[in-house]
Amino acid sequence: MLESYVPLLMLMVLVIVSAAAMVGLSHLFSASRPTAVKSQPYESGIPPFGTARERFEVKFYLVAVLFIVFDIEVVFMMPWAVTFRQLDILGLGVLGGLLEMAAFVVVLVVGYVYVWKRGALEWT
Amino acid sequence: MTFAFWFFAGAAILASFLCITRRSPVSSALWLITTLFNVAALFVLLDAHFLAAVQVLVYAGAIMVLFLFVIMLLNLGDAAPGENPRWSPSRVVGFLAGLGLLAELLVLRSAVPPDAIRLPPGVVAGEMAGHGAVQSLAVPLFQAYLVPFEITSLMLLAAIVGAVVLAKRRL
Repeated sequence: MLESYVPLLMLMVLVIVSAAAMVGLSHLFSASRPTAVKSQPYESGIPPFGTARERFEVKFYLVAVLFIVFDIEVVFMMPWAVTFRQLDILGLGVLGGLLEMAAFVVVLVVGYVYVWKRGALEWT
Repeated sequence: MTFAFWFFAGAAILASFLCITRRSPVSSALWLITTLFNVAALFVLLDAHFLAAVQVLVYAGAIMVLFLFVIMLLNLGDAAPGENPRWSPSRVVGFLAGLGLLAELLVLRSAVPPDAIRLPPGVVAGEMAGHGAVQSLAVPLFQAYLVPFEITSLMLLAAIVGAVVLAKRRL
């Protein structure tokens, strides 16, 4: 079973090596002649104003919390998608598995409708 | 196998130590991600493959996004030297809680698990070979534990409503 993680390990090694090579080689071979203008943060051509360390609005946090909740919903869907053909719920066969997940999703759709109606997805 | 365990366990402890000693909250958060990845690797060594995947997906992914948003929300810059005194009340409480946890672990180390929670040897390997990592977890979850699974959706609904009520009180 652990052999199936070898590709993952190879991927991680490749990512670390290529990231280190990109940073290290560009550091080694690039000429560094900073001027006041070149040292400015890049803001798509607009002169930067203020600092980046500002307090962010709470609506970012709300989006993050809602993302986590629906992320966990999807985590439950993954094992369900693997097995729903073999489930035997109330003797209904495949339909039982479908109804089970439908009931789960309906409750969360209620939450989604609540979020939407409450205006929590509005940005302004 | 033993080498892998010591490697990942040591990396997890090292990363969590770096997490609590960094001055910048963002680098603390990055070390926490490293810790969570190493714990996921430990789950793999325990044959809990699905749990490892969920650990990376939910904890190293979603929960860390939340942590970073909290850091941005509170505008925690790098702590100035002397800003965090060596002995504040919260540190003392944290230290005592850590000692309590350590004592619990030491007690658990010598405890013999009851037979009811101990699987006969070879059961996990047989399940892995026969059904795969996800199926051997999913069939009991959706069949025997059908009602708890459906109640989970109510719990998530409560989390949604709670988040909106807390963050959008003035709507």
